[in-house]
Amino acid sequence: MSRIQRRFEQLRAAGRTALIPFVTAGDPTPELTLALMHRMVSAGADLIELGVPFSDPIADGPVIQRATERALAQGISLRDVLAIVRRFRETDNETPVVLMGYLNPIEVMGGEVFAQAAREAGMDGALIVDVPPEESHALVDAVKAQGLDLVYLLAPTSDAARIEAIAEVASGFVYYVSVKGVTGAGHLDVDEVSSKLDAIRARIELPVGVGFGINTAATAAQVARVADAVIVGSAIVGRIEALAEEGQVERIPAVVGDFLGELRAAIDETDHGDQHG
Amino acid sequence: MATRAEDLGGGEPPVMAAKAYQWPDAGGHFGPYGGMFVPETLMHPLTELRQAYARYLGDPDFLRELDADLRDYVGRPSPVYHAERWSRELGGAQLFLKREDLNHTGAHKVNNTIGQALLARRMGKTRIIAETGAGQHGVASATVAARLGLECVVYMGEVDVARQEANVYRMRLLGAEVVAVKSGTRTLKDALNEAMRDWVTNVDNTFYIIGTVAGPHPYPAMVRDFQSVIGREARGQMIEQTGRLPDVVMACVGGGSNAIGLFYPFIEDPEVAMIGVEAAGDGLETGRHAAPLCAGEPGVLHGNRTYLMEDANGQIRETHSVSAGLDYPGVGPEHAWLKDSGRASYVAVTDDEALAAFHGLTRTEGIIPALETSHALAQASKLAPTMRKDQSILINLSGRGDKDMQTVARLEGLQL
Ligand SMILES: Cc1ncc(COP(=O)(O)O)c(C=O)c1O
Repeated sequence: MSRIQRRFEQLRAAGRTALIPFVTAGDPTPELTLALMHRMVSAGADLIELGVPFSDPIADGPVIQRATERALAQGISLRDVLAIVRRFRETDNETPVVLMGYLNPIEVMGGEVFAQAAREAGMDGALIVDVPPEESHALVDAVKAQGLDLVYLLAPTSDAARIEAIAEVASGFVYYVSVKGVTGAGHLDVDEVSSKLDAIRARIELPVGVGFGINTAATAAQVARVADAVIVGSAIVGRIEALAEEGQVERIPAVVGDFLGELRAAIDETDHGDQHG
Repeated sequence: MATRAEDLGGGEPPVMAAKAYQWPDAGGHFGPYGGMFVPETLMHPLTELRQAYARYLGDPDFLRELDADLRDYVGRPSPVYHAERWSRELGGAQLFLKREDLNHTGAHKVNNTIGQALLARRMGKTRIIAETGAGQHGVASATVAARLGLECVVYMGEVDVARQEANVYRMRLLGAEVVAVKSGTRTLKDALNEAMRDWVTNVDNTFYIIGTVAGPHPYPAMVRDFQSVIGREARGQMIEQTGRLPDVVMACVGGGSNAIGLFYPFIEDPEVAMIGVEAAGDGLETGRHAAPLCAGEPGVLHGNRTYLMEDANGQIRETHSVSAGLDYPGVGPEHAWLKDSGRASYVAVTDDEALAAFHGLTRTEGIIPALETSHALAQASKLAPTMRKDQSILINLSGRGDKDMQTVARLEGLQL
């Protein structure tokens, strides 16, 4: 059983919804990313998504674009991201880490070399934003040969046939993009998300996380009512940016930790309420 | 799709009816290149586009509409002109120019925007978006949007907005909103990124008109098919004027749309050599260039696998060329395949060589070419003297140079 599967089984048994924060690796420094990962776990993160910076992030809005540029300005590479995960694993062997990024850095490293390096570093899975199932045969083989999970996006535009195609290749969990748009877009409609999740669950047995557009404890709580995992990215990265610009880098783990604590509490309250009602 | 391209106007009888060359495959691959590397949200709209395109390509009513627009609005067919004085000066092969500069809006770009905009309208889309580098594709998109009454937003890197002021003004006159893109290198590739983000956000009512043979399937095949009118016409015109096919067809390569438009109808004529000319900028050895086919490696960008300019970590590198329209770190996937398969060859010429050719053609033939086009002219002037006088080179004169007056004047220390 993979670390991701194990984590979702534990959560299911406890009747809890997962909280998954996303941060861009190396923003604003690799050392800070490592400290932040540990702090996020103690604040209630169940799984961490680590963004690999890429020069042309077509699925990302301005907040994560700027995080990417800050990380790239220091020359952060895919190998550097794996090094961060290796150091994280020195003291945390439980929390799954999923890499989120674009294909080209992996393509240049080579799919098999990447998969092996990722497993050795203690990475648990990958979500490659610009690789739909149609293009992922080679990558699926390489990644699965190392026992890693390959996470896929589902979108409001994914029809039944696409959901089924993704069911065939996805493992670990699937990530429902709650809005038509890029990361950091607003206006998530919980009813719409809920009916789409029904369509997804009818065809996919994996846990379903929901992300894009979750930026407050209130939305997190609403989404927790229908999803297996609440994924929060731009709202965290925006806080990192604000502190980095004010020259208060050392405060980032605490501020992000407090924010995740609020989200965690709101989600727990929802989970608790559901159990009793 | 490929086999129906001959239906897209151009007069010449369907020479490709029994083509052995059948790329792309159903998934949009040209050998290992091409494909659909996009976020999940765009997969459904790409399927819709593929289906609509396949349908209208076989729809006589659509093809009639397209043909009529190419004739009456664009001014097709464009002539093939025998540049005798220039040929004599070079003292070798005869040089022929396919005059895409005479099209409405001054470049080949409009062949494609007309096709895609008519498709957008048939698909019920009310808003079109486009990316642009030099501004030529932006102008061609704004032009057809004005004519069809569609809303139009053009994304353009901040750097290009500054160096192509005249085209920015043209687009605004035509009613388009021009958005200056401030991310990344602030040039064409970043404009493309921003257009993709817009499309993801507004998929329901928006049609993305990509300006070259790049992007995810079906764009490379669709843009090629719309641009192939160039080669179909030229093939017949060369036979008419010289009694035979040219020995060489040649074109500049940015994303590769004017080149593939010229090459494609000659692809199964093995006696015709095909040469694409990339921008060597300050020189390939300096690293400051825009020549992925000559000096790049395969990778994945903007929805397809192709040759790219990238660093050892897979980050896309900054490009350099005196011509904004060639300043792109990737290239259409079909060119990657034609290079690997050996059917076409690719070379690069520097900024200085292109500028010399710009002045050369202007002085000997009274035709001011675009700086992009000047790269092909520079290569032709190197090749022609090595060939016999009874041989011929057909060059795609992809655009006129009016848009480049500022750039060229500035390089000579003048302020217009
Ligand atoms: C006149 C002209 N030629 C060539 C190009 C390069 O594009 P492509 O390689 O797609 O033909 C451009 C692009 O702006 C152009 O304006």
